[in-house]
Amino acid sequence: MRIPIVALALLCLAPPLAHADLLAGYAAQARAEDPAFKAFSAERGRQFFQARQGREAGVESCTSCHTPDPRAEGRHARTGKSILPLAPVANAERLSDPAKVEKWFKRNCNDVLARACNAREKGDFIAYLQSVR
Amino acid sequence: MKNAILILLGLYAGGAWAGHDEFTPSAAAAKDPAHAAWREECGSCHVAYPPQLLPAASWRQLMANLERHFGTDASLDPARRQVLLDHALRHAGRQRVDPAAPLSISKSPWFVHEHDELGAAVWRRPAVKSPANCQACHSRAEQGDFGERGIRVPR
Repeated sequence: MRIPIVALALLCLAPPLAHADLLAGYAAQARAEDPAFKAFSAERGRQFFQARQGREAGVESCTSCHTPDPRAEGRHARTGKSILPLAPVANAERLSDPAKVEKWFKRNCNDVLARACNAREKGDFIAYLQSVR
Repeated sequence: MKNAILILLGLYAGGAWAGHDEFTPSAAAAKDPAHAAWREECGSCHVAYPPQLLPAASWRQLMANLERHFGTDASLDPARRQVLLDHALRHAGRQRVDPAAPLSISKSPWFVHEHDELGAAVWRRPAVKSPANCQACHSRAEQGDFGERGIRVPR
């Protein structure tokens, strides 16, 4: 009887734990990249998300595909395919799989910024998504 | 002679050329264990185009360069990429492609022929946007069904 209760408790804890692990991992990387790093900032993450990078027409910003509201459904700038919301409050699956998070950071940072994002940018952005209610 | 022409016309109208004119999804590809991975990875940014829409040589070239995939970074980890490449090769088509654009389904001669009654303006409609956006008109494209009955061209 004890085991199912423990399993149930673990299941309930699973999503927030995954998010916390994700941020802890990026925090360790951010400290390695910059010894002066203190903490992630949801506000910096919001600005990063909204910023117009202007590299390529049609994909100047994260919002080009994801809309300025991370709770809203987005639309792929090139193909028109609908994209599920980014904020976990609107889409519980978001941020639940670290490999997926990394896959999309690699692709999308390359597309919008023409470079890889650093750990601070990634952590700030995740902190922002988690702060959205 | 006249009868022969009428019979040919009748066969054409009756869908005897359905294998050519109407795309039928491959049941084998849909039953393949890698089908779920194919749908998930290829279907994030566009319809997961059925693997039989390009020949093997095109899939090899496409999967070798996912970092620059039609102007977008679609990179995958090597293990996942191999799963998708194997799936594509198992179910690849045998059609001709445009030698100048061997990775473009929408530039393949059969695709151009199938869509030749549409004016250029149709592709530019906001609800269509691009020939990559199958589901704009093929309402059941996500299910791999491109049959005539599912077609609704948006205004």
